[in-house]
Amino acid sequence: MAVPSPFELTPEQEQFRRVVAAFADEVVAPAAADFNAEGRFPIEIIQQMGEMGLFGIPFGSEFGGMDGDYLTLCLAIEELGRVDQSVGITLEAGVGLGAAPLDEFGTDEQKRRWLPELCRGEKLGAFGLTEAGGGSDVLGTARTRAVQDGDGWVIDGSKQFITNAGTDMTSIVTVTAWTGEKEMTSIIVPVDTPGLSIAPPYRKIGWHASDTRELTFDGVRVPVTNTLGERGAGFRQFLKTLDDGRIAIAALAVGMIQGCVDECVRYAGEREAFGGPIGKQQAIAFKIADLEVAAQTARQMYRYACRRKMAGQSYKREASIAKLYASEQAVTAAREATQIFGGMGFTTDTRVGRFYQDAKILEIGEGTSEVQRLLISRDLGL
Amino acid sequence: MKIIVPVKRTPDTAAEKVIGDDRTVDRDAGESVLCPVNEFSIEEAVRLKESQDAEVTVLLVGPESAQSTVRKALSYGLDGGLQVTDDAIAGSDALGTARVIAKALESREWDLVIFGNQSTDARTCLVPAAVAELLGVPSLTYARHLEVEGDTVTVHREHEEGWDVVEAQLPAIVSVVEAINEPRYPSFKGIMAAKSKPLDVVSLADLGVSADEVGAGNAAATMYEFEPRPPKEAGTVVEDDGSGAAAAQLADWMVDKKFA
Ligand SMILES: Cc1cc2nc3c(=O)[nH]c(=O)nc-3n(C[C@H](O)[C@H](O)[C@H](O)COP(=O)(O)OP(=O)(O)OC[C@H]3O[C@@H](n4cnc5c(N)ncnc54)[C@H](O)[C@@H]3O)c2cc1C
Repeated sequence: MAVPSPFELTPEQEQFRRVVAAFADEVVAPAAADFNAEGRFPIEIIQQMGEMGLFGIPFGSEFGGMDGDYLTLCLAIEELGRVDQSVGITLEAGVGLGAAPLDEFGTDEQKRRWLPELCRGEKLGAFGLTEAGGGSDVLGTARTRAVQDGDGWVIDGSKQFITNAGTDMTSIVTVTAWTGEKEMTSIIVPVDTPGLSIAPPYRKIGWHASDTRELTFDGVRVPVTNTLGERGAGFRQFLKTLDDGRIAIAALAVGMIQGCVDECVRYAGEREAFGGPIGKQQAIAFKIADLEVAAQTARQMYRYACRRKMAGQSYKREASIAKLYASEQAVTAAREATQIFGGMGFTTDTRVGRFYQDAKILEIGEGTSEVQRLLISRDLGL
Repeated sequence: MKIIVPVKRTPDTAAEKVIGDDRTVDRDAGESVLCPVNEFSIEEAVRLKESQDAEVTVLLVGPESAQSTVRKALSYGLDGGLQVTDDAIAGSDALGTARVIAKALESREWDLVIFGNQSTDARTCLVPAAVAELLGVPSLTYARHLEVEGDTVTVHREHEEGWDVVEAQLPAIVSVVEAINEPRYPSFKGIMAAKSKPLDVVSLADLGVSADEVGAGNAAATMYEFEPRPPKEAGTVVEDDGSGAAAAQLADWMVDKKFA
């Protein structure tokens, strides 16, 4: 019996998924142990991804995009995440946080100016929402302000944990700032604007090759025409941006779980103890069966949320479910996969060892697990 | 400049092969792919497209189901496809295949044909030279470097001791080895555009090839028997105990195998 069509990928989606999978296996995977150990942003790999069109997938061709769909982007993130999470998050944040707000809310003039080079992967954009005071309760804790002075905004404040903000290819960061009593506005700030300082990268537990920075705004002046969409729309804009981002983070987490399955099936077949491969021990085999269950269920959930989004249906709750479930399963998968690898799993030379480092952030970024539960329970009327 | 890149659909080298009763590979049993060596010939054509605005057509001789392979080739940014499909072609040997390719080439205008030097399934290396012979044009095989200037093509022809620099006037036929370049990955744009690139599907009759020149029944080569490659034998491990005995043992082994 033919599989019902809503679950199938189009021939082009499947063909592109395979191309990205081959790129991940042939180019990213062999280099991943080194660039992670060096804590180096692998710019040459990111640029090659740009040439393949990865950074322009969901955007229209009139601004340099590829006229692709959101699912195709998620497939690419999943395939990259299967071999390296830092490269996967660089794509996710570059497209979802850097370019998507510009595409969705920007004026034609803003899109013409910044979007094409982001779509081609020649430049990277970042999105600065989180501040030192807190990321979960943005309205209650944000302090950054922008004051209008003639035809310009003057921005003062700081942002914390901003992905892709300090790479050699970063062009802009879109920041949210208070522009009045209960009025939050998103403003596009080119990273070379005087008064914007970018701190050295954080020393993180994982995502070693992804660029994360603290930004300080000290009298940063940009034209009022850099307002993203309308003044006062900042809150609504970032909620929408985060809903989409959650689907993509779920895809990244599924990539990790799948990577754990692949690595464990291989290793458990090769590694011997007590007279045979460890995979013949039911204690190990059942762990791997559980990883496979997690990979398949989390994959279906993010694709379901994604298809709802593409069909114009509501998808907020589904996006939260996908993100919450996939990220928590990824943390479990990385822990169990590391266990299966034994001592080798505790080294960062193994993919599962690196996954163990990279897993935890999936439960924190783009809304913590607590925040996802909050959103789901509120949506249930609680 | 007009370039034609002949490509082949081959069984995935990583997959299990099934040899049918007719002693040919059952191509529907396993997954088929664009022959990996074609990634190199396509890359070379794409570079000439970028540097000299060449127009590149992909040519495939094979069953109707191989159309996805033509589209795959087009996804690298080529301009159009020509597919020769005819039941009578099944089971053709290298010479029969070369006859069809030669006729297909005669039906088009071109300056340069870029083959891969051998397909990963048959590995005969015969087809490019046979096509050149049939068409009476220069044949430059085993190219590890290729340049076109005006109407001259120059290649570095690889052999065991290095390479020879060989040149010819266009039109000419070249076959390339994998050392020639590092193929790119198809872009998302290329994959989407491949869907709408022109693709002509023609039969033997369209090309003026008669069925008695091709196919299993007219093959010059006949396969009588085949057997799987024998498994690798375990090697000899020479351990160095510091006494120098290992070196002597290695030297004896090399003399024995006529390496020294
Ligand atoms: C590597 C990395 C990259 C990042 N990239 C970006 C980026 O590009 N752009 C950006 O804007 N931000 C980014 N962030 C920030 C990230 O989104 C925040 O860290 C996250 O939203 C949590 O905010 P917080 O760290 O301030 O934690 P807090 O908000 O201080 O939360 C602390 C704890 O309290 C819990 N909590 C809070 N409220 C509730 C509640 N109501 N009920 C129950 N529990 C609650 C939280 O779940 C958490 O466990 C990044 C973070 C990291 C670590």
